[in-house]
Amino acid sequence: MTEENKLIGQIVDLYDGEVGMLIPMMQDLQAECGYLPADHLRCLSRHLKVPLSRLYAVVTFYSSFRLSPKGAHEVTLCLGTVCYLKGAGSISEAIIREFRVEPGGTTRDRLFSFNAVNCVGACAVAPVMLVDGKYYHGVTPESAIEVLYGLSADKIAAEKEGSA
Amino acid sequence: MTVLGNAKLRSAADLKHMQEELRARHTPSAKCVRVCTGPGCAAKGSPRLYELFCEAVERTGADVEIEAKSVGCHGLCECGPIVLIQPGNIFYQKVEEPDVAEIFRETILGDRVVEKLLYENPATGQKAVTPEEITFYKVQKRIALAGNGLIDPTNIGDYIAEGGYIALAKVLSSMTPEEVISEVEAAGLRGRGGGGFPTARKWRSCREADGSPKYVICNGDEGDPGAFMDRAIMEGNPHAVIEGMIIGAYAIGSEQGYIYVRNEYPLSVERLKLAIEQARELGVLGEKILGSSFSFDIRINRGGGAFVCGESTALMASLEGRPGEPRAKYIHTVESGLHGRPTNLNNVETWANVPAIVNHGGEWFSSIGTEKSKGTKVFCLVGKVVNTGLVEVPMGITLRRIVEEIGGGIAGGKRFKAVQTGGPSGGCIPAEHLDARVDFDELTKLGSMMGSGGMIVMDEDTCMVRVAKYFTNFLQKESCGKCTPCREGLSQMLYILERVTKGEGEVGDVEELEGLADLLGGTALCALGKTAANPIVSTIRYFRDEYDAHIKEKRCPAKECRGLFRYEIDSEACTACGICLKNCPADAITGEKKVPHVINQEKCTLCGMCWEKCPFTAVLKV
Repeated sequence: MTEENKLIGQIVDLYDGEVGMLIPMMQDLQAECGYLPADHLRCLSRHLKVPLSRLYAVVTFYSSFRLSPKGAHEVTLCLGTVCYLKGAGSISEAIIREFRVEPGGTTRDRLFSFNAVNCVGACAVAPVMLVDGKYYHGVTPESAIEVLYGLSADKIAAEKEGSA
Repeated sequence: MTVLGNAKLRSAADLKHMQEELRARHTPSAKCVRVCTGPGCAAKGSPRLYELFCEAVERTGADVEIEAKSVGCHGLCECGPIVLIQPGNIFYQKVEEPDVAEIFRETILGDRVVEKLLYENPATGQKAVTPEEITFYKVQKRIALAGNGLIDPTNIGDYIAEGGYIALAKVLSSMTPEEVISEVEAAGLRGRGGGGFPTARKWRSCREADGSPKYVICNGDEGDPGAFMDRAIMEGNPHAVIEGMIIGAYAIGSEQGYIYVRNEYPLSVERLKLAIEQARELGVLGEKILGSSFSFDIRINRGGGAFVCGESTALMASLEGRPGEPRAKYIHTVESGLHGRPTNLNNVETWANVPAIVNHGGEWFSSIGTEKSKGTKVFCLVGKVVNTGLVEVPMGITLRRIVEEIGGGIAGGKRFKAVQTGGPSGGCIPAEHLDARVDFDELTKLGSMMGSGGMIVMDEDTCMVRVAKYFTNFLQKESCGKCTPCREGLSQMLYILERVTKGEGEVGDVEELEGLADLLGGTALCALGKTAANPIVSTIRYFRDEYDAHIKEKRCPAKECRGLFRYEIDSEACTACGICLKNCPADAITGEKKVPHVINQEKCTLCGMCWEKCPFTAVLKV
């Protein structure tokens, strides 16, 4: 309890407690925790003297905020117009089918969170997929799945190392 | 960093002095390698190339001055990664890691050109050494993008050496706010974010509005899918945007500015932050700019990932920490905007044009373009053209020249079908209007719009009903839900389009869509809703036959809508390899060795697996 109080206090002070800076505050909080935990939001609401309902109104309005933890990796598939024209729809379908994960969700083993976004602004090399910020361009359903299975192996290797 | 050793600049003369010093430091024999790290080239690994060049520069014992620079988007993303070498302005394309050593040895140290990395004109086979010899660049005119690909965006000294902040010095030392506005008025600059509203009129209204403080905002919430103009400017030449904003703030009488950047552009935020810090340190931003009595500062806000926040009132709501819902604009934001104060909002590209207008004069700017659309416009030329990339053209150029000369025509020898401009709320322009001139009013007349500058080329394989469905789906998801026509109308239109693309369309659907579109245009609250039906209306206007084929004949002419075309095997092309047969999940393919295979149409589920897997393209869509 004290720990989250401290963190929220620091973030609120950074913006001089200005309620107008609510969105940057929550962005910082999410950068810190990976998502917006309910306890932290309650704490933020008390600090700013703003009803919790208003915080939730903002959180659920903007697609970049998440209320549940994310996976070990962050997979972002661009579904912008150009990527779509060049086949991103079938890439999305393939990922959904292969890993049983919906856009906005996380795989059951928490391996990766899957985000489908409107445009990452790299249209000239579409279709584009980002894994932990790294760009993959000219992606196909097969190559996307191959990349994602590659993640799997990394993680298992890392876990083995951890246990050994 | 070379400049930060300098003390704060206290006057316009200080700035001029610094500029001269920076230029004098540069010896004519010095070599320079510019590596494009714009979005396209970066996706193809150019940051690594830059590192390798830096390492090579450090290792070399040669007695020449060599500099490696990471620069913003150069434009011809299709041929990325792009590397330019000075002197000679040698243009290398599709550079890969192993090429770095060769470029360094041959060109930088040996003054020889590496032939294999030059751009080759696909029509004539002729090699081009400099960008000026390439049609893609020849047809363009660069104002907003002038510094892109030239300067290192992380170094304010680079910007100043190229004439940066000189316009600001001129404004502060010799112009009144009213003179600045008159200059922009003479230029005929109109908003580049899509609206096309005269910039000077907006500035003047905001200047004359009662209330203080006044705010200026830069709209960097580039939400249109298929567009990265603003990203390229923010990341490739952030100081041009900042300088434009400071000049605008002086003209309007504002002391606080905001740049609202899309959440998906972390690098833009980083570059702008650094640029703002450097500008403050040098005294061209902050308290008493260049020793004058004028103070102005800028804050950066990141968006939350909502398309509607590109709308000015929604953006201001978001800056106030609220959900980004637009409001009706019977009171203009120049009178009551952010926190209820007079607020002037312009797009990234608009701001980036301002310093050039002050430097060269409004008359110069207005000599470019058409009667009512002056200057240039940056477009993202993407989709199914040969040369995809970022282009800046004078207003009034025909669509045909953009698609055929700059874009190099349609990729893969296919036939041109339409070009989509204006983002999700724009429209599709067919082949018969390719000779139309690109300006604000002309594109609106054709049922599309200028928008922020996405230009997506579609070929014969693109189903226009699906395009309409794609955009409607996009807008339906992004509708904020505040007003009923947009919230319910888009859902209903999407439902109809879903049915049509599944082959369940009924006669009368097109008329129903038109009726809903009319209602939306007349009654929605904000620009998002009012223009949301444009993709549907424009595709009905120009491609009615495709709608009819889907509805009446249950056929998709572009063969994209699953279920509205069949797969067949071309018996002459089939080598009877058996791959399709093995992969068919419905056991619908029969055949033996050396006998061309056949699809049993009754068993076929139209999944398309055979079409994807056939190595001989013997599976046809009919």
